[in-house]
Amino acid sequence: MYEFDWSSIPGALPLLGKGLLVTLEVTLTAIVVGIGWGTLLAVARLSSNRLLSFLAAGYVNLFRSVPLVMVILWFYLIVPQALKGLFGQDIGDIRLVSALVAFALFEAAYYSEIIRAGIQSVPKGQVAAGLALGLTPGQTMRLVVLPQAFRNMIPLLLTQAIILFQDTSLVYVIGLSDFFGTAYKVGDRDGRLVELLLFAGAAYFVICFTVSRLVKHLQARFIK
Amino acid sequence: MIEIKNVSKWYGQFQVLTDCTTEVKKGEVVVVCGPSGSGKSTLIKCVNGLEPFQQGDIVVNGTSVGDPRTNLSKLRSHVGMVFQHFELFPHMTITDNLTIAQVKVLGRSREEATDKGLKLLDRVGLKAHAHKHPGQLSGGQQQRVAIARALAMDPICMLFDEPTSALDPEMINEVLDVMVELAQEGMTMMCVTHEMGFARKVAHRVIFMDQGRIVEDAAKDDFFGKPHSERAQQFLAKILQH
Repeated sequence: MYEFDWSSIPGALPLLGKGLLVTLEVTLTAIVVGIGWGTLLAVARLSSNRLLSFLAAGYVNLFRSVPLVMVILWFYLIVPQALKGLFGQDIGDIRLVSALVAFALFEAAYYSEIIRAGIQSVPKGQVAAGLALGLTPGQTMRLVVLPQAFRNMIPLLLTQAIILFQDTSLVYVIGLSDFFGTAYKVGDRDGRLVELLLFAGAAYFVICFTVSRLVKHLQARFIK
Repeated sequence: MIEIKNVSKWYGQFQVLTDCTTEVKKGEVVVVCGPSGSGKSTLIKCVNGLEPFQQGDIVVNGTSVGDPRTNLSKLRSHVGMVFQHFELFPHMTITDNLTIAQVKVLGRSREEATDKGLKLLDRVGLKAHAHKHPGQLSGGQQQRVAIARALAMDPICMLFDEPTSALDPEMINEVLDVMVELAQEGMTMMCVTHEMGFARKVAHRVIFMDQGRIVEDAAKDDFFGKPHSERAQQFLAKILQH
């Protein structure tokens, strides 16, 4: 019978806390950049300019069709090599930066689809009203359509954020010590892998479940 | 003020407007009526370029709407439009609805725009609601705000696209009263509406459309007296029965 020994956890808490900060940093960067870049992609995809729309669709389809793990590895292994070739100098430890870039660009593809649906959920008459007042198409998008689109999308955006928060654990493939990676390393070091992974799982559960309850609450408020 | 010359429009293969020609002079009130699907809403949306058309031209105050070099936003900024479903911006207060285009398009200061907006709001009898959001107002109140919002831009003419057809019967009059007042002040107006009482009261001319064509374009008294076309006679007989 396996005997649980949780004693290595209290001492590892500062380390785990550091890991959690990395996880949060990757998550928040991906949310902020992802929503910003995703909005531009969504607007480009819905624009009447064929080329813009085609390029945005290509970007979204590409990133949605490859596994996230591969994108993380690309940005860790290939892009830095290319940059090194270009600038001819070593660029030090790029694990965090490459993870930030990979997640931001990857998430933008998913966010852009959510935002596109959000934009399309705003009645066409609102656009007509904005244009009829003399607002330019750009002003109409920015002042009339997007604020309403984002309000409709808040629950979906938060749900995507929860998925993203869990997905950041994939950075273990490039050896970055996020929350999960740190838990794994500590468990490995102390020979207490089972306990550490159970603890990490519980922590992920508590955080995600709390946020998803919040989403439910918001949904109820916005739908009525 | 508004000259519509031989305008034709297609949605793909389907022709929605066929060779429409008419005119709205300065200070004139023209009512456009006809059965649903006759193209009257499409025609009025062509006037400020919300709907493109493939043939003919529309000239508003000397500016061609069909010319690709025309700055449509600028043209629209002085052509007021009121929609069937009000289309107030639900995420803004009534005051912001009234001021946003004044500030962003006309470059007025916030104070000036608010001042103007509130004056017009008072005029449509809704000053007390300035701080509310559109969702807190009834349909008739929202439509009156929408009229005030259009007027805040100091339009040279006003387009009304079935302004009362989405309203409960008891709210129709409060909107029509505002429109009648506007007409009596000499505003140039083109109104798509089925409100024949309104047409009789203030219209100078009535246009009757059917299947994308202007079938009848007559002075008010002629139209209600004895319309030329059989189709218009049938239409009038049906809607004036009650």
